[in-house]
Parts: sequence; structure tokens; C-alpha cells
Amino acid sequence: MQKLIISSSPHLRDKTTTRSIMQDVCIALLPSVIAGILFFGYRTALIVVVAVAAAVLSELLYCKATHQKNTTGDFSAVVTGMLLAMNLPASAPLWMPVVGSIIAIVLVKMIFGGIGQNFVNPALLARAMLALSWATIMTKFPAPAFGKLAGVDAVASATPLADGSYSIGQLFLGNIPGVIGETCKLALLLGAAYLLWKQVISWHIPAAFIGVFAVCYLIGTGFDVGFTVKQILSGGLILGAFFMATDYSTSPTTDLGKLIFGAGCGLLLFIFRFARGSQSEWCSFAILLMNVVSPLIERVTMPKSFGEVSKHE
Amino acid sequence: MGVSQTFVGGIHPHELGNGKQVTGAIAIVDMKAPAKVTIPLSQHVGAPAECLVKVGDTVNLGQVIASAKGAISAPVHASVSGKVVAVGPVTIANGRSVTAVTIENDFEDRWDDSVKPVENPDAESIARLAAEKGIVGMGGAAFPTAVKLEVSQLNPRPDVLVINGSECEPYLTSDHRLMLEAPEQIIDGVLLAMKATGIAKAKIGVEDNKMDAVEALRAAAKEGVEVVALPAKYPQGYEKMLIYALTGRKVPNGGLPSAAQCVVMNVATCAALSAAVRSGRPLVDRIVTVTGHVGKPGNYRVRIGTPLMDLLDAAGGLDADVRKVIVGGPMMGNSIPSLAIPVTKNFGGLLALAEEGIAPEESACIRCGRCVRACPMGLMPTQMDAYIRHDDIENAVRIGVLNCMECGSCTYVCPAKRELTQSFRMAKAMNRMKNGK
Repeated sequence: MQKLIISSSPHLRDKTTTRSIMQDVCIALLPSVIAGILFFGYRTALIVVVAVAAAVLSELLYCKATHQKNTTGDFSAVVTGMLLAMNLPASAPLWMPVVGSIIAIVLVKMIFGGIGQNFVNPALLARAMLALSWATIMTKFPAPAFGKLAGVDAVASATPLADGSYSIGQLFLGNIPGVIGETCKLALLLGAAYLLWKQVISWHIPAAFIGVFAVCYLIGTGFDVGFTVKQILSGGLILGAFFMATDYSTSPTTDLGKLIFGAGCGLLLFIFRFARGSQSEWCSFAILLMNVVSPLIERVTMPKSFGEVSKHE
Repeated sequence: MGVSQTFVGGIHPHELGNGKQVTGAIAIVDMKAPAKVTIPLSQHVGAPAECLVKVGDTVNLGQVIASAKGAISAPVHASVSGKVVAVGPVTIANGRSVTAVTIENDFEDRWDDSVKPVENPDAESIARLAAEKGIVGMGGAAFPTAVKLEVSQLNPRPDVLVINGSECEPYLTSDHRLMLEAPEQIIDGVLLAMKATGIAKAKIGVEDNKMDAVEALRAAAKEGVEVVALPAKYPQGYEKMLIYALTGRKVPNGGLPSAAQCVVMNVATCAALSAAVRSGRPLVDRIVTVTGHVGKPGNYRVRIGTPLMDLLDAAGGLDADVRKVIVGGPMMGNSIPSLAIPVTKNFGGLLALAEEGIAPEESACIRCGRCVRACPMGLMPTQMDAYIRHDDIENAVRIGVLNCMECGSCTYVCPAKRELTQSFRMAKAMNRMKNGK
């Protein structure tokens, strides 16, 4: 018999690991990648691959340069790369996902201490910086052409937000211009259902986000249900609510905190869209702003301990 | 029937099929008494018992070899008949070194004269027998039962006797088997405890993954005793969670069950109390689940003081791939460095783990919040751990680390495999040192 190992209890551990969670997110994004390829051609795949490769390589090189343990095995850089790609138009030049991934991984994640330490969502801040720096490229969306895999022309196309001409069906299936991952709501919801089923995310943030946004729009439009549904299916809301706002590092860990956080995202997005008109990036800014106040929300929503209630009774 | 509420949080290690089915279906086996027993004089919460024998003395089975000393203590009895061959230090499962009496077994099992039944016991004699017969909590805490039964000074008086048959630790089935094989004895012990305390209502909580035990106890139950099936969820058997599930009352932080007007006893302790009163039998043996990577997993009735080496021999020995041996369950048990440790009164299980028992490497917290959802005490493990790792014990205490009961749920679910429970143990110890306690 080998020497007995002494360690602290518990002696059993659940099978879920950081890596398995991140892999689940990758799996959940696959339907959206496939939808992107179907609507915007093979170039979508190229952008995803370049973004992921750049993200993983940035993290690897950062770890090497700073003499830290290589952390790329946890798959979180892969998730960041995929999410960034979801936020780019398929027509973007290939240096763009590279620059975006470097911003996301090095500037937003690694210099703050790596996984769990970033205070805003890496992919979203990268998108915001790209959008502010290269606005013309980032707002030039290719028109979708289902099944035309060889690629579509990068024509400046109005965002569906500005243009009320798309039907709910088109908005749902993704037959609209937009960034790769925002168009096909069906694919996003499939992925979201997978994440909920695997308990990678909980319902709190997406429900509060979309719920508050919907209620605000209903009130703001005098209960125009059709318009509200179109608003929900437009822009980055679905991608943001399920895949971006649920980022662990930048959202509260308490259930109540998650509800407040999601509600704040929904309210901000409503204000931006209602007051400032249509722009696809508003969702990113709403989430980024809430990211910054997430620690405060967490602090004020600390749960009561089990035995706290009856202390003075 | 009964209250079906449960606490918020907790985990479901049973869903992984963690070992209970291996031993839960096998009847209890009487282990042959070993050639030598080493009986520690401190097997309970409180002052160690005072040794009454010396090397060379001949002792009978069930004879007092050490008497209780002080208000919270318990006597210790010989678990075999034979000759005292040593009185000296021994290491017990929690790592402490305590004085122990080693008796060489003459294999005559000659019962002591003091072991005789009591006719028509009244409340006082039940409490006195619990004290004299060395009955302590067999669920793990080893708190002297007689002290628990003494409720006359409490204000308000307890009005519910909470009986723990939940056995929420993975792998362990000793209480399960006892409930199946001796339900009448358990119920008798419950009734005796009710009589001793003057409590009219008893509730036995059993997890619903043991419905056969629920049925067995219900068939044996008498007036005033209710058997309640509880959702199988760890740590359902922790005192505070159990009281809440059965009565809806919450024990305040830092408080004892008496603050919720409850007295809590384990099913095995009830059976031992029954034996003490009905046949005058002291606590000289107990049922131990031996499981994991061993030759013959099962539940064994073992004499107190039996060295683990002998117990493992009886259970077919350790497999070659064993890397860790745990006394108790896998969630709260202690891993031990050697097998030269004796079975004590609160020794519920012996679990041998291979590779699966080796803790994976820690990585950075991803703030997923799984620990927050799992914590049955409503704490924020990730936040407490962050403070502790920055040497900020003060803030960790402020947000409740002292309320942590070390159930291990947070560590179990952590995907980054962080040693959260260990961190909280350390913080609590550092806080004690700081306060000079």
C-alpha cells in the first residue's frame, strides 16, 4: 500500500470544473456560429477561428511573459474569442478580431489578474473599443443571404433597429443584417436553453434583463406588443442577456443581486434605445455600465445567514 | 404527513450514486472481538474520564474502567473481559493524543454484575442510566446524552425531541441498517428520552432515499412519535438544518438546539439508551460502516477500542490502490495517517478511497457563485475566502465565517476546486487565537 494521504475534508468533489463550464459555453455558442455561416458565408467561420486563436495566443504569451502558469487550458480564452467574434460583422477585416482579442484578453482580463478578476466583460469592452475606433467598419453589416456560403457583399446596410421593415419571423430566424452572433435568435435561444439545462447560468439575469426591458417598452409605447417583441428580437439583447450579462466575473453571485443587475441592464438598454434611437452597440454599453456597479450590488444583496433571523425574536 | 420544508442550499452528492447502495443492502455483521482493545478515556465532548484501573487488573465486560469527571463528561466501560496490559497515550481519529486503557481479551465475554435491567424506570433513573452507562451522541459530536436529557433548568423548556435518522453523508449506512434491523429498539429509546425530558412530541427525520427505514420506524412508532421523510440533500442531518426541517424553527447563530426549544438525538444513540435502560448494557460496541476500496464492504458491530487494523482485517483488508482512509463520512470525516487508531463511540464509518479521494489542484475563483447557492448557512464562501487569503480575518468574521459549520458543500461544488472549507477552518482558528480562547 502507498503512503496514506492526509488532507482536509470534504474528500469528494463534484465533477464540474472551470474547464467543463467553459466548454459548455462553447457548445452553447455553436448553433449561433452555424447560423452565422449559413447567413453570412464561410467568412464567419474564419472570423471565429481567428478571434479564438488570437485570444488563446494572447493569453499564452501573456502568461509566458509574466512567468505565470499557463491558464489557457481552462478554455475561458476560447469563450472570449468566440464571444468577440459573435460581436463582429462577418465583413470585418481579419485584423479586427486579432486586435479585439488582444484588447479583451490582455487589457481587460490578464492585467487585472486573469480569470475572475476582470471588472468588465472582456468581449464587450473589446467590441465597444472597436466600435468607437473603427465605427464605419463596425456598423457596415452585410446583408444576409441564406445558404450563399461563398460569402456576401459587405454593403452598408441599415441596422434592423433603425428600420422597422423586418418582420418578427425574420428577426427571430436571423434573416437580417447584423453582427454574426446577434442575428439568429433561434440559435441563441437553443444555446441559452443548453446553458440553463447544464446549470451553467441561472434564469435570474436573463429574465430580469428581458423582462424589465419588455415592460418598459410596453409602457413607453402604450402597450404596442408587436413593436415590443420586435425590440426584444433586435440588436444585441438576446445575445447580451444570455451570454454577456451572465458572465461570472462581472455579475453578482447572489440571486437577488442577479435580479437587480439584470433589471438595471434592461432599464439602461431601454433608456438608450428609447431616448437615443437605434444603435446596435447600446446593449454592450448597458451591460458594461452594470458590470461596473456589480460589486456594489453584490455588497448590498449579501444573504442573511441561516441563524440571523431569530436572533432577537 | 409531517413538515416537508427544507433549508435553502445544500448539495446532492447522492446523485452520483455515492456508495450507499454498496453497504445499505447488507445486514449488520457482528465482528469477532479483537485480541486487544485500546479504549480512549476521552471519547466525548467535555472532560476526559478518570481512570479507575491499573496494569494487571482483571476487568469484566461492561465494567466501568474510568469515571465521569465534572459536569460534562462520560464514563468509559470495558468492551471485552480480560486483563489490563497498558494505560498510556493513543492517537484518536481527530488527531489528538489521549490516555487509553489497553485490555487483553480473554474471550470469555464475562459480563460485569453491574449490567442488569432496571424495572419500570422513571425519568430520573433514565437520565442517571444514560450517565452511568456512558451514552454519548453517536452521530459524530459525542456530546454526553445525560447532559442533553437534563432540561429542567432550561427556560423555555424544550417541547420537541428531534431524532436524527437522516444520515446525509455519502457512503455511510450504519444508521440506515440500524433503523431497518432494530426499529423497535430505536423507538423505545425515543420514548425513554421523551419520558426523561418530559417532552410529549418526538419527530424522527429520515431522508427519503431510505423509505424502507421510514416504513420500518412508522410500523414501530408509538403515540407522540412522528416519522418524517425529508428530501435527500446534504447536509440535511446537520442539527440546525434538521430542526428547521422538522419544526420550522431556526437556531440563532451561536446558539444551541435548546434555543429552538429542541433536544436532538441520533437514532443510534436512542438504541444505545434503550439498551442501557432495558438491560443495563453500557456503550461497549457500535455499528460502523466499512466501505470504499475494501475487500468486504458492510456494516459491522464493533467493540469500542477495536484497532482499525483489526476492523479492516474483518472487512477483507484494504485494496492495493487505496490512497486515503477516512474516519466518518467523505464530507466531514478526517483522513488518518495510520491504522493504529481505535474505534470510538462516535465512529460512524471507515471509508477507503483510491484516486478519487485525492484533491484536485486549486485554480483561480471564477466567481460562478455555486458556493453561495450551496451554502446551507446562507454565507458567501467566495467572499469570505477572498478576505482570508488577504489575511483579513476581521472582515471574514464580519461577513459570518464563524457561522460556517464546515459541512464542505462549497468546496464540493467549487469548479475551481478551491479549498474553501479549509480556509474557513483556518480563519476560525486564527480568530480564536486572536481572542485568546
